[in-house]
This record gives sequence, C-alpha cells and structure tokens, in this order.
Amino acid sequence: MLSPINVSFESLNLATLVPMIIPIVGALLILIIDLFKSEQHKSLFVMLSLLVLGVDFVALMDSAGIFTKNGTITGVFDMMLIDGLALLSQFIIVGASLLFIPLALTHKRFHEFSYPEFFALFLFMIAGFQFMVATDNLILIFVGLETASLALYTLIAMHNRDKSFEAAVKYFTMGALAAGFYSFGAMVFYAVSGSVEINEIAQVLKANNYEDIGFVLVGVVFLLASFGFKLSMVPFHTWTPDVYEGSSAALAGYMSIVPKIAAFVVAMRIFEFLIHSGVVWLEVILYIGVVVTMTMANIWALVQTDVKRMLAYSSISHAGFVMAAILIGTTQSNSALFLYWILFSFTNLGSFSMLWISRQKNLPAHQQSDHSYDKFAGMIKTAPVAATIMGLFMLSLAGVPPFALFWGKMYMISSAVTGGYTVLALIMALNSAIAGYYYLKLIVYMFMRDPVVENSGHVYVANATLPLKTIIGIAAVGTIFAFVAVNQLLELVTVFVYNSGY
Amino acid sequence: MLDHILSILIFFPALAGVLGFVVNKDSIRSYGVAVATIEFALSLWLWAAFDSSVSGMQFMENIALVPAFGVNYIVGIDGISLFIIVLAAFFTMIGIASLSPTKNEKNMIVTLLFLQMTMVGVFAALDAIVFYVFWELSLVPMLYIIGAWGGPLRIYASVKFFLYTFAGSLVMLVGMLFMAYFYYQATGEWSFAILDWYRLILPESFQKWLFVAFFLGFAIKVPMFPFHTWLPYAHGQAPTIGSVILAAILLKMGTYAFIRFSLPLFPDASVYFMYPIAVISIIMIIYTAMVAYAQKDIKQVVAYSSVSHMGVIVLGTFALNVEGITGSIFLMIAHGVVSGALFLLVGVIYDRRHTKYMSEFGGLAHVMPRYATIFGLMLMASVGLPLTINFVGEFLSLLGFYKQSHILTLLAGTAIIVGAIYMLAAYKKMFFGVVTKDENKHLKDVNKRELVALIPLAIITVWLGIYPKPLLEPINNSVEAVVSLMHEKSISEEAKLRIPNVATELKILNNTAEETH
Repeated sequence: MLSPINVSFESLNLATLVPMIIPIVGALLILIIDLFKSEQHKSLFVMLSLLVLGVDFVALMDSAGIFTKNGTITGVFDMMLIDGLALLSQFIIVGASLLFIPLALTHKRFHEFSYPEFFALFLFMIAGFQFMVATDNLILIFVGLETASLALYTLIAMHNRDKSFEAAVKYFTMGALAAGFYSFGAMVFYAVSGSVEINEIAQVLKANNYEDIGFVLVGVVFLLASFGFKLSMVPFHTWTPDVYEGSSAALAGYMSIVPKIAAFVVAMRIFEFLIHSGVVWLEVILYIGVVVTMTMANIWALVQTDVKRMLAYSSISHAGFVMAAILIGTTQSNSALFLYWILFSFTNLGSFSMLWISRQKNLPAHQQSDHSYDKFAGMIKTAPVAATIMGLFMLSLAGVPPFALFWGKMYMISSAVTGGYTVLALIMALNSAIAGYYYLKLIVYMFMRDPVVENSGHVYVANATLPLKTIIGIAAVGTIFAFVAVNQLLELVTVFVYNSGY
Repeated sequence: MLDHILSILIFFPALAGVLGFVVNKDSIRSYGVAVATIEFALSLWLWAAFDSSVSGMQFMENIALVPAFGVNYIVGIDGISLFIIVLAAFFTMIGIASLSPTKNEKNMIVTLLFLQMTMVGVFAALDAIVFYVFWELSLVPMLYIIGAWGGPLRIYASVKFFLYTFAGSLVMLVGMLFMAYFYYQATGEWSFAILDWYRLILPESFQKWLFVAFFLGFAIKVPMFPFHTWLPYAHGQAPTIGSVILAAILLKMGTYAFIRFSLPLFPDASVYFMYPIAVISIIMIIYTAMVAYAQKDIKQVVAYSSVSHMGVIVLGTFALNVEGITGSIFLMIAHGVVSGALFLLVGVIYDRRHTKYMSEFGGLAHVMPRYATIFGLMLMASVGLPLTINFVGEFLSLLGFYKQSHILTLLAGTAIIVGAIYMLAAYKKMFFGVVTKDENKHLKDVNKRELVALIPLAIITVWLGIYPKPLLEPINNSVEAVVSLMHEKSISEEAKLRIPNVATELKILNNTAEETH
C-alpha cells in the first residue's frame, strides 16, 4: 500500500500560476459568451481581450514586486520558476499582445476576426508562451510550446488569402519537426542526467565532469535544431518568409516578436550553462550560426521585391543579431537581449502595422503582391504623415540614432566588445551597414520616386481606424523618444537578469 | 540663458522645423529665413560671450541620458568648434535666403532646419554617443535633399552617400564602445564623455587599432582618398543648397573629429600614422587637382578642388603642432566660405542655363560683369592668393607640416600651382573670349536674392584674409591646450619629439622677450 504523501498547500505556491491562469480564464469566458449569444461584434472580444491582458500585466507587476523583494520564486512542485528572465519575457509577451490585439479593429472586414475562437485561441497561445518561459522543466517547456504553437497555426490559417493555408501548413509541418527534435534532445538529456530540470541537469553534468560528453553533444544538436526552427536561424529559416507572407501583416509582426522572445529565454536557460562549462564545440556552432543568420538573411533581404518579405528576412537577421547575446553569455549581453527586444517590439510592430493599415481587400491588377515596393512609390506626396512614420520605423530598424533600436544595437555591440568578441562586434556593425541598404530602399521609394499609379493616398491608410492609428502612434512615440526610457529600462533589465543568475 | 545657449542653438532649429509644418507654404520661405536669422544672431551672441583667453571648454551643459551606461548629454565649445558653429548658422541662413524657387519648398526648408540641428549638435557634442547621434542623424536630411531635389542620378548618389558614411561610422561606433570599455576597465565606471577619455593613457598597440577604427569613420566623411568616390556623385547630383551645405559644413565634421578625437586620444598612434596619412593627403591633393583639370562640368571642377583642399586641411592637422592645427582649423572655415560660395555661384549660372558644362559658356564676363567679378574673387581665394581667406589657412597648415617634413610639404605646395592652373583654365573657358552661344547673350546678371548670399561671403573672404586675428587667437589658445595635452599623454620617444612641448616653447619665448627688454 502506498503511503500518503503530504503536501502543504502553501508549498505549492499557486500564486505563481496566476499570470498564466488569467488569459486561460479570459479565453474560456469568450467561448462561454459565444455559447450564450453568438454573432457578437469583434469589438466586444477585442476589448475583453484587452482587459484580460491588462489584468495579466498587473498580475505580472505584482510578481515582479515579489521577485525584487524575495528573489526567485518556485512553485507547484518546483515546476514553476519565476525569475527575472521569466518576468521580463512575460512583460514583453503580454505588452506586445496588448499592442497587437487592437489591430483587429480594422476598417475593412477580415473574416478571421468575426470568429470569437480567434480571440480565445489568441489568449490560449499567450498562456502557452507564459508557461514556456516561466519554468526550467523541459516537459513543461514542451507543453507550453505546443499549446502556443498549435494555437498560432490556427490563427495563421484563419486569414483570407490563398497563401494563408499554405503558410499554416508549412509552419505546422516545420513546427512538428522541431517539436520532434526538441523531445528527442530532451530525452537524451534525461537519459544522461536522470532529470528534466535544467538546473539539475547542469548540476549532474558538472558533478560527473561531463563524462558523457558524446551524449550531451547529441542532445545539444537536437535542441539546437529545434530552436533553430523556432528562432528561424539559418539554415532552418526557410519557412519564415513564406509564413509571414501568408499571414496578415499584423500577425506577421506579432510572430516576429513574441514566439521568438519565448524561444530566446528557453535557449538562454539551456545553452548558457553549456557554454560556460566550456563545451567549445557548441560555442563554435553558435558563432557560425549567429554570423550566418545575420549575414545571409541580410543578403536575401536585399533582393526582395515585397516589403513584407523584406521585413521577414530583416527579422531573421535581427534574431541572429540577438542570438549573439546567448553566445557571449555575460550579464551585459543577456540584458542587452531584453533591452533590444523591448525596443525592437515597438519598432517592428509599428512597421508591420503600417503595412497592415495599407492592406487592401483585393489585389489591384498592377500589383504583384500585397505590399510590393512599387505600391509605396511617391507616398510622401499623397500621404506625407504615413510616409514619415514609416520612414522613421525604417531608420530605427537600420539603427540610426537616436531612434529606439540604436540603443539596443549599441548595447549589444558593446557587450560583444566587453565579452572579448571583437571580430563578432565588427561583423555585427558591418551587418547593420548592409541592412541599412534595404531599409533605405523603402525610404527611397516613399520619398524620392514618383507614384507608379496615380492615387489619392487613400490606399496607404485604407484600413486605418482610430484604434489602429493609436497603436501606430504609441509605436512611433516609443521609437522616437526611446532615449528617455533607455536608462530606466536598462537598469531594470540588468537587475532582473543579474538577480536570476545570468 | 547663456547657460543653456548651446542647447538652444541645437534644438531651436529643430523645434522651428516641427512648427514649420504648420506654416502655410507661401510663407514658408520667410519663416525659414526668420528662423535661420535668429539662429545666426544667437550664434553671434555666443561668439560675443565667448571668452577667447580661456583654452578649455565653455558653456558646458551636462544632463544625464543613460547614466547606467555612461551616456550623458554633454555639450560645450572651445575655440576649435566655436567658429564652425557660427559658420553653420551663417550658411543655413544665406542658403535659405538665396534658395531658388523649387518644388516642395516647404519640405526643403523644414529639412534644412533639421539639418542645422544636427550640424550644430556634432560640433557642440562632448559625449561620444551624443556626437555619434548627431553625426548619423545628419545623413538623413542630406539623403533626402540629394534624393528628392537632385539631378537624374540622384537616387544612386544619395544612397551611395548614405551607405558609404553609414558603414564607416559603424566601425567608428565599435571603436567608441572599445574606448568606453577601456575607460571602464581603468576606472570601474562607464563613460563616453570625451573630456574623461582625454585623461586616459592607452598602450600604443591599442591606440593604433582604435585610431584605425575612428579613422575609417572620419576619412570617409572628409572624404580622403581612396574613400572619396561618393563625393563627386553627391555634388554632381545634389541641388545647389545641398552642395553648399555639404562642402561648407558637413565635410568639416570629419576634419573636426580628427582634432577632437584622434589627436588627443591617440597621440602615439597619430605620430605613428603621420607619414602614411600625409602621403594619402598629398595623393589626394595632387590627384584630385589633376582630375579637376580634366572635368568638363564646372560643378565637378569645384567639387574636386574642394576635395583637394580638404587634403591640405588633413595635412595641417597631422602636422601635430600648433601652427599646423591652427592653420587647418582656420582653413576649415576658409574652405567653407570659399567652396560654399563657389557652389552658390555655380548654382547661379545653372538656374539660368540649366547646364553646367563649361563648353556651353564663354565670354560671360561681357554679359554678367558682376557675376564674373565675384566668381573671380572667389576663385582667387580658392587658389590661395595672399590677402584672401584661404591663404592664411593654407600657409599656416603648410608651415606646420614643414616642421615635420620638408619634401612632403614641397609636394603639397605644388597643389597650389596645379590649383591655379585648373581654376584659371576654367575661368578662361567660362568668362573670357567672345560670347559664342546665342543663349548666353541675354543672361541676367546676379539678382538681389543671390547677392544677399554672395556679398557677405565676398566681404568675409577679404576681411579675414587681411585681418585673421579675431579668429586665430581663440583657435590658437585652444589648439595649444590640445597640443600640450598630446605631448603630456604621449608615451613613445618619437611622439615626444614630434609633438612639441608648448609649455616650454612659451617659456623660451617669454624669456627671450624679457632678455631683449
């Protein structure tokens, strides 16, 4: 007979679950409302989601308060791990979602937003990402990852373009492959160390002095490949441009930020201790991966004819740039990762939203794709404000000071310098120069060319409503006046990262 | 108000630019002129309040920006930067006042006001990151000016201009981050303040690498041979106002940065690289002068001659003694005035004939006597005729370098002769002889709007050529401080020899003066 196990309720520390439960409850609420009274207008669900996410944000601030006082919190049989990384990434996830969800209130009708399931799935996805970052248990990471990914595949497929379905299936297939790699890698680590907790794996490996180095490397290969897919590192990036092209611009912008920060946090948790333990091979592989991802994505971006595909490649390149932080592995570089990503989310969400408001319902005959460069030719003449804002986002993405992303770039390159990676710092700097060209290309089209087809400028704001303009306004203000907030952000991020031991 | 005059000088045009969007497009020109005049008046006030006996920084302001990473908004000026700021304000004013009617005038004037903010910002910044911010930001308005109002190849020219400079400055940024890291290692605190960096003595090997990193950024901006290829395109395609600002102010950012960063931060590396840079400068002087002679387009002649004179400025800077550096700073002002005026003059004839080919002209002196006179004066100044502004600068620069190497100075001196050849040849083709083309017979002479810009420039050219002391004295004081700092900081024997000890020189001078009494 089994002896009863006594678990005190306090030791479960269920409060750690609160930030994840809130969006789940919200999603269920939306489904229940639909059950009782269907055919509701989308604005109801948008506002409900906003409220839920707002509450979630407050709950996170609450946890952050506890963290600053008491340090890292664990709960639910040590499954949950609320440390600085978890909190910072959840802030980014929820914050970016807050900026994303009002983008559903478009002027034109897009049928995915008429389904309440869209918003329910959206909230489930956020809960999934939150679970993924707030644990160092390999199984819970997997569960969170799959919850979020499955919801995301559906969100993409709901968009009304021919390519959306293709994109969703492509993403799904690649995602399934990545999940397979992930579970295999996790299995190998479990086999070597007898644990699925990352910190215990680290301890066991350290204690036996990496005697099973061969198996560790096999596990690392599988995990690297799976994160390569998720972070769209070259050569696992091929799905990215197609998926971004197939999904709506707003969702593409969202995908370039939120899933990636979640994957970065997990990658940081797993690879950091391996790099510090002196597994040279891993460092070399990561080094090559970072440089190739940055450079190749930049070169591919140069030759794109569609702005959205260009931004897709550009976000691959940015991901490679940020991946350098994990390679460098100092407190400064890890802080730089978060600083960069916070600033990047403003700018990138802003630029994708600009594409979103210019989205036409149907493709005109003279246009090859939804957002070809030609469409933006001579935009300054017909829609000067929109052109200026778009130009601003492009300059920020290129890293022109004093706009938001410059500060992230500067701190990241500085961390490479401080960490002793001089050559990497130079490569990063030169890649920013290459990237300058394709961002400039859009500026050239907007400001210096004449329109291809005479238009009244309405196409650029065809989709604009007050909520969309507000979001773009917030992104623009965040991009221009970033220098005011950089100091507070930097101090906050550094304290959080340092106190979590990274 | 004087406590914050530099910030006012920097941000007043930008604020005015933002408000300018509201101004009706028929009144925008008057608005632009008014704003630029206020700015110029403020810069004159700055000059009046400037204490020229002080060698250090004045009107300093310090506001924390990202203190956690040592980035602070620090501005201040000394004799080196003061006059370039005044010049920038002056050129924006006359540039807007003499602007010929163009399309989208409003966008142009607002862009010019933003450009002015970045120009003043670069020369006033005393924090490397703030400097970098303005340095990079200055590319954007210029990109727009060339790309939107330029000639047929304008897009290629503007993108080339942007990317070339952008790539160079990113390498410079890495250098700055290294410098801050060394400072952090030495003191335990992050700082990007230039005055803090001045106190840091680096080992020679580090100095060399950092010197190269900074050099790339600055050399592309100057532009030094072989990085000069963007400039002829930019000048060739830019509208008149763009060329004027580019030649008069933007190029000076590079040479100014040599004096502000490279020399005092890396004295040993400066000595180490003195000869290679001098050789590049001389190649630049002679080669571009020859290229200028081969041009058919008058604007290209002026553009290449401008590059050629920039070579003399760099040479003077790397003389590493008080005469040379003072001369090069004076020459920056002089070059700004003269080449700015020459580009304005080219713009005058372009507005009338819409061509810049010299073969299209001939005998203009009969038709446009006033124009020919002013052009002649500026051309003589450009050649370096004594009693004009350029002569003072060129003479001092070459005198300074003569102390380092006689032969190289001699070679550089030939540039003045070559300069005379191509300039006079161009003048002959355009102005002398009989009027061959019918279109040229009834050209109107310079009008009032153009004279507003040209007459002040002509007066400055002669005035400072005859009596340069009001500028030379404050410049000299600040340069002495820089040179003595370099002498103290330098480590190697050679550097101590090459960089004169200003303090002892002064003492000797004083002693001899006392003995003779």
